[in-house]
Amino acid sequence: MNKIIDAWHSDLAWNFRNSPVAVVSFALVFVLVLAVIFAPVIAPHDPFDPSTLNLINGFSQPMTPNTYTGDVFLLGSDDQGRDVFSTILYGMRISLFVGVFAVAFAMILGITLGLIAGYVGGWTETIIMRIADVQLTFPSILVAMLIFGIVKGVIPVEHRDQMAIWVLILAIGLGEWVQFARVVRGATLVEKNREYVQAARLIGRVRWVIMIRHILPNVLSPVLVIATISLALAIIAEATLSFLGVGAPPTQPSLGTLIRIGQGFLFSGEWWILLFPALTLLTLALSVNMLGDWLRDALNPKLR
Amino acid sequence: MLAYIIRRVFQSVIVLLVVGLVAFAMFRFVGDPIENMLGQERTQEDVERLRSKLGLDQPFVFQYWKFLKAAVQGDFGVSYRQGRPVAEILIERAPSTLELAAVSGTLAMLFGLGLGVYTAIKRNGWVSNLIMTTSLIGVSLPTFLIGILLIYVFSVELGWLPSYGRGETVTVGSWSTGFLTSSGLKALILPSITLGLYQMTLIMRLVRSEMMEVLRTDYVRFARARGLRESAVNFKHALVNTMVPVTTVIGLQLGSIIAFAIITETVFQWPGVGLLFINAVQFVDIPVMAAYLMLISVLFVGINLVVDLLYFIIDPRLRANGVGAH
Repeated sequence: MNKIIDAWHSDLAWNFRNSPVAVVSFALVFVLVLAVIFAPVIAPHDPFDPSTLNLINGFSQPMTPNTYTGDVFLLGSDDQGRDVFSTILYGMRISLFVGVFAVAFAMILGITLGLIAGYVGGWTETIIMRIADVQLTFPSILVAMLIFGIVKGVIPVEHRDQMAIWVLILAIGLGEWVQFARVVRGATLVEKNREYVQAARLIGRVRWVIMIRHILPNVLSPVLVIATISLALAIIAEATLSFLGVGAPPTQPSLGTLIRIGQGFLFSGEWWILLFPALTLLTLALSVNMLGDWLRDALNPKLR
Repeated sequence: MLAYIIRRVFQSVIVLLVVGLVAFAMFRFVGDPIENMLGQERTQEDVERLRSKLGLDQPFVFQYWKFLKAAVQGDFGVSYRQGRPVAEILIERAPSTLELAAVSGTLAMLFGLGLGVYTAIKRNGWVSNLIMTTSLIGVSLPTFLIGILLIYVFSVELGWLPSYGRGETVTVGSWSTGFLTSSGLKALILPSITLGLYQMTLIMRLVRSEMMEVLRTDYVRFARARGLRESAVNFKHALVNTMVPVTTVIGLQLGSIIAFAIITETVFQWPGVGLLFINAVQFVDIPVMAAYLMLISVLFVGINLVVDLLYFIIDPRLRANGVGAH
């Protein structure tokens, strides 16, 4: 209980309560995450169950009863008669899933390599940081595309669609680890000369214990900021890749895939198939991004 | 200075060799080249003959060397999907991407510099605030959504501009250009805005913040005190001194424009190298992917090198010290 009160009175919490942008974007993220978790409960239809679909319901306008069946779709239906609202809920699931896991992967990889580079130094550091520098000269979306293509080529054809989501996570994660590694290395270089590290070394603690138990907790706050901003980037990267047709397979459509499908109906006037997934993607990416921006400013003592 | 240049060039060559190794590994280990080149009906002798013809029975390092030698001479093998030499396809596709990149790069640079200087000088005007707010949207909207939005407004609703393709092109020598026909120029407008918008906002924001910093310095105040005209102070003294970071970013963005052309080209079905690459990724066309990887690496590494060396020309302080920026 005391911990909760302490947390409420902390600087960060005070800053949060007094920043309308932070509160609004947090609320949006919260609602979207809830919607994703409870998608099967909220969604009026299961878009992946063909038996619930009725082709006559195809191209129903939002909020207006279908001319033939009288069914009402909140955000309209697509060419197959699938409820757009439901496909968005399930699509957002894929988008968030890929985003969160890609960032987690990038974070683990980046923190590990950054800690090692910073603490061990020498040749190990040179090699790790040179790789990071080289990768940084290429846009991460390009790196992700290449990795996606290569891994896809390695996987046998019959497993490609099943594995696509994991390949996507790997590709986006490998595109984003550099930021984490650089920040963690920088912070580690500062921390490793502090007295508590020297003390730990003096009592004979092994290297990896010092790195994980002593240094890691002290370099985590910048990592948190990068993780939040990376999540927004990863969500957009995933949407872009899926939009380009090199991401989530048609059997597991993400928001990007839905936008790709919706673009096909832009000229025939069925705007809702495109507009609503696009708006959802924007809301998701923007609110995560704003949350990250706020966190960066709030944790930066120079700005106070 | 010479030592610095040599070291930088050496580093670049190492990076390119590593990229070449990755590209070669893709060729050699992603799928079996023999499998890809021979059909279902083949004999063991065919396999053996092709294996020794392609040199696949030779040591790894030797094969890598041969691969590099061929790549430097512009031989990237044969596309699995189209059955034509990759180099030929690339040469055919390059003009459309380069024209698109050139137009959007120029747009981004002109508007980025102009608006950046404007918003720095007229810091609190409502026009500046409007530009800054709009630029925020430009940064946070994903490129493909901007493209779709432009198509919706200007092609679907207004019907002013084409939504896909290059329009009519005129072939000059082996270069097909869209600059010489009105439909070609019209087709360029939407894709180049889509591609250039992000870079423009980036340049604009950078120029603005650098300008604001420089405008506060003593030498600018002194220039004003000397009674120089406002335009001379702003451009000859302030803008010139923002050029080091600005050149770096503009230079590095040049490569990004070519890379991000992949997205724009897909949205507008622009028949360029980016669309070729994305199709290659979809169909796992390894030779095309490997060639694209190598070309784009040469481009990125080259740009980085040139930008680093340009520091010496732009900033006399570095020459005096005789050491590199990093």
